[in-house]
Amino acid sequence: MNARDAILARLRSALADEPAAEPIPRDYGRHLDGDLVELLTDRLVDYKARVHRSIGDALAGIQTLLVPHDVPGDWLTGYTGKTVVDERRSVEELDQVDAVLTGCAVAIAQTGTIVLDGGPTQGRRAITLVPDRHVVVVRAEQIVGRVPEALPRLAPTRPQTWISGPSATSDIELNRVEGVHGPRTLDVVILDA
Amino acid sequence: MTDFPAAAKVQLAKPQLRANLRHATHTIRDKRLRVVGELDDWEQLREAGRAIKADVRRRLPELLIQFEEKATAAGAVVHWARDAAEANRIVADLARAKGVDELVKVKSMATQEIGLNEALEAEGITAYETDLAELIVQLAHDTPSHILVPAIHYNRTEIRDIFVKEMHDAPAGLTDEPATLAEAARLHLRKRFLSATLGVSGANFAIADTGTLVVLESEGNGRMCLTLPETLISVVGVEKLLPSYTDLEVFLQLLPRSSTGERMNPYTTMWTGVTPGDGPSEVHIVLLDNGRANVLADPVGRQALACIRCSACLNVCPVYERTGGHAYGSVYPGPIGAILAPQLSPGEHESLPYASSLCGACYEACPVKINIPEVLIHLRQRTKHPAGERAAMGLMAWVMRNPRRYAAALRSARLGTGPLAAFVHKGPGGRRVLRRAPWPASKWTVSRDAPLPATETFREWWIRERS
Repeated sequence: MNARDAILARLRSALADEPAAEPIPRDYGRHLDGDLVELLTDRLVDYKARVHRSIGDALAGIQTLLVPHDVPGDWLTGYTGKTVVDERRSVEELDQVDAVLTGCAVAIAQTGTIVLDGGPTQGRRAITLVPDRHVVVVRAEQIVGRVPEALPRLAPTRPQTWISGPSATSDIELNRVEGVHGPRTLDVVILDA
Repeated sequence: MTDFPAAAKVQLAKPQLRANLRHATHTIRDKRLRVVGELDDWEQLREAGRAIKADVRRRLPELLIQFEEKATAAGAVVHWARDAAEANRIVADLARAKGVDELVKVKSMATQEIGLNEALEAEGITAYETDLAELIVQLAHDTPSHILVPAIHYNRTEIRDIFVKEMHDAPAGLTDEPATLAEAARLHLRKRFLSATLGVSGANFAIADTGTLVVLESEGNGRMCLTLPETLISVVGVEKLLPSYTDLEVFLQLLPRSSTGERMNPYTTMWTGVTPGDGPSEVHIVLLDNGRANVLADPVGRQALACIRCSACLNVCPVYERTGGHAYGSVYPGPIGAILAPQLSPGEHESLPYASSLCGACYEACPVKINIPEVLIHLRQRTKHPAGERAAMGLMAWVMRNPRRYAAALRSARLGTGPLAAFVHKGPGGRRVLRRAPWPASKWTVSRDAPLPATETFREWWIRERS
């Protein structure tokens, strides 16, 4: 018998007592009312992300900026540094830029989370990972209150990255310290609808 | 293997260890309580989490087949491993076929359980741990002592010393500031990440209806290992399945708040097979049994398979707080280890179900409501008790089956303990207790007081007063 069949047979015989099916209660909360922009801002700042209300503010001082191929032209209006468009660039090239600018798929206010699913303006996963600074644009209508509201807005089988603040660790005495392997600076630009 | 009482004694004699553990577990307890308190539907989420995991167990074979089908259709190669040796063989053969002699790893309990690093080492392949705590443990030539934070037993000064001694590229003048230590780890691993061709991971969740794997992490080392290498191998315990993508709405709330006490962990990565132009071009998944079918076969014990490895039960456990993880002698320490380890490998770790005061703090903290005390008692009943204890219990049962025998036994017990009057103390509530009894009762009194029979039973009092 191959391993697959052997494991499935073991599991089936382990369930010989036929445990009864039970309903799954889903009476937990799904929505959150109130000022979601304010809540998101509060949660982002709590986890040491920087929050801006205009892209220009966030890009000030950045010399080389990586962007996905479909970056909206108006995002770069007034940006005077060098722009590097991602066209299957090598990891070494990604490591040379100062920052990367992308959009996102959804933001979750209650947890201060930005989710990328490889959709428009987001690029592939490596471009938001290797550069040391990530500037991410969130449009107000992309903000939801809670986690259950976010999932239906995402493409389940595309690669997803959920980001809650800059790279951090709790490994030393269980205190959160920012800045390990991922981008050490996270700038979030919240644009009004 | 050393049993828990002996190993615990060794650990308890280390004051620095106890101070480190006390500090760390109390920090995380407070954080967890704060973020859990922010959600007014926490109990509903726990109940949903418990019920989803019960459903997974009940439908495990069909969900695994569904997962395999979906992941394969998305371009992943699914392997099955009956035990540790088979899983290690699969990973080593894949690494060989790629011609690599080193790989980067993101922290995973499953690969630790099967001893993957050691198995690869024997084949001349070096596995580099990239999680900060795993790195500390690897540099210190030590073993992990906690599910989530394997280096919880070290404080910042000790970590600094390990870096200075063992990390060849440690920055000069390294201080014990946690931010500086994190920076040193970043520099140490960066080149390795950017040039790695093979990554190995576990998974927090495997989604049956999409074939998706999910990894939660903090540092970005996970994203590095899961995104940059050309080939990715993930070793996943069969119990990690969730029926549906939608179920993540429950678990992505339960897990971060229970484990690191954060509203959300910094990074979560989800991938489904291969996505051309984004991430690894070759994705392997090793579905691992390694004793899980044994656990599933026990109607009481099987609930341990609901565990999502958050480690909240370790952090609240009064026993773990004092002994640390090494005393358990198992990859899975703490309360969950005490019920999981003896079930995963029957005949081993038999002392672990006794490594608990049955206070129930673990059950209360568990985000998927595993009734750990219930399983502990169940497993205690299953293990073979010492001959003396069995004889005593048999005699006791015989005495207590008959009221005359019972009354007579109480009378003689009172007479028999009379000469011990000199040793009698007043215990809690004014009860008469014995602090130190002669052998063989000394085995009991070495760690607890022995209550003495009352000077008069209720029946005797009733007859004297009312008849």
